[in-house]
Amino acid sequence: MNLAQLQQAFRRWLVNASDESAQLLGSNHVGLAVYQNNYRAQLVGCLEQAFPNLRRWLGEQAFLAASITHIDNHPPHAWTLDAYPEGFHATLKDVFPQNPDVHELAWIESALNEAFVAADAQPLALEALAELDWDTAVLQLTPSLRCHDLTTNAEAIWSALWQETCAPEAVMLEQAGGLLVWRRQFTSRLRQVDALELQAVQQVQADGSFAGLCEFLVQRLGEDAGVMQAGEYLAAWLGSELIVGVRDV
Amino acid sequence: MSTSNPHFSGYGLGLRKEHYCDFLETSVPVDFVEVISENFMVAGGQPRHILRQVRERYPVALHGVSMSIGTAEGLDTDYLRRLKSLVDEIEPLFVSDHLSWSRSGGFNAHDLLPVPYTDEALDRVCANIHQAQDVLGRTMLFENPSSYLAFEGACMTEWEFITAMARRTGCELLLDVNNVFVSASNHGFDALAFLDGIPAERVRQVHLAGHSQGRDILIDSHDSPVCTGVWELYARAMQRLGPVATMIERDDEIPPLAELLQELSMARTLGAAL
Ligand SMILES: [Fe+2]
Repeated sequence: MNLAQLQQAFRRWLVNASDESAQLLGSNHVGLAVYQNNYRAQLVGCLEQAFPNLRRWLGEQAFLAASITHIDNHPPHAWTLDAYPEGFHATLKDVFPQNPDVHELAWIESALNEAFVAADAQPLALEALAELDWDTAVLQLTPSLRCHDLTTNAEAIWSALWQETCAPEAVMLEQAGGLLVWRRQFTSRLRQVDALELQAVQQVQADGSFAGLCEFLVQRLGEDAGVMQAGEYLAAWLGSELIVGVRDV
Repeated sequence: MSTSNPHFSGYGLGLRKEHYCDFLETSVPVDFVEVISENFMVAGGQPRHILRQVRERYPVALHGVSMSIGTAEGLDTDYLRRLKSLVDEIEPLFVSDHLSWSRSGGFNAHDLLPVPYTDEALDRVCANIHQAQDVLGRTMLFENPSSYLAFEGACMTEWEFITAMARRTGCELLLDVNNVFVSASNHGFDALAFLDGIPAERVRQVHLAGHSQGRDILIDSHDSPVCTGVWELYARAMQRLGPVATMIERDDEIPPLAELLQELSMARTLGAAL
């Protein structure tokens, strides 16, 4: 057995714990069990750390069962364990197909984790806006921003769990909305928005053009209300450091 | 610190979240701190910011766990690129990783898996070390891991493997005295033979840590104080190596900083007795 074959056998042992791979590795069951245990405990710990509030929401047993299903089906690939929790979302959809609250809670915690270590950006100085030609201005959103549709009260559930107060029961929203997660300096933010603001943010994320944003809002709200809404969003997004750059093209 | 060894860098501790405030707001009596490289190989945010602040106050050693130097298929170039960027920014005292592997065929075990001590593995490890040192533009240190399994077909001891690896690549060594103790107990070899077998002049750093007793086997758990047996082995190592930068690794059950500094003073006392 060469080195590559030995490492493949070790991989099979860790992932499947097959007798055949144990035999190839010399059947030292005590030693093999230590590595098997380290591997699984590390991944369970990684998911627990990434989703503390989802774990509270599901209960320890249900969370652990979903984690084990995930670990069995999705061995890690990336060099960093930070990447491992991303894929948990798909497993949760399989295990809890009828629970959009669970999927949305998982999204919130994943997005907060990503935003925590996303690239830095300086808030925009207001002087940068003074000379700007708004017809051609391109807005740059913070690299930490993550957006997602919201169909349940997952934001309220997450906030209650985070504050360790009594969480409300899961319910569907009367009108679907959206979630924004980003980081201001070193503080991660979560905000629930209505569907219009979510689409407006996604519009700017896609092409950055302020004129494009106005056009989108005018189509939705009419000429005067659309332009006014664009101005209001602009002011709010600047104030909350969602916009970190602006340029003329 | 008084020493005739020009490479001696003093006494340090691993920097852990629980102690960030101590290190940033008070003057902690250490000569360097060591951080886990991967925790800071991120785009931005608070971790990098804290590391930059710490670096203004203390020399920093970068200690990696994911290079996978023993992997049969060559190193991950994205990983090397990110590590290089961190190294360029931090200008660390040491850049180290383990003589182990974690990656195989797109799979990553996120553990320090044992390397078979064969000629083929030695060739592979040396080629990988050359690649890493070329990309980073500096010499790396490699650490002996604790192991729980020895492979049939080994044609040399761990210390013979390490000696050949250092000779062929010019790499330096991080001697983990606790890992020697744990592996010697698990595999039934003589820890002193290990200390005598490695090239003393290549050892730049020493790790001390606690372990725990598993079923039939010692486990490198880093969750308890350094035990008497490891201190005795450290004293023997110091007699053989002379003064070497020494630090305590604690990754679990992290006590107040004062307790770790107390443990570190034991290392200073043993070092001063040389
Ligand atoms: Fe170590």
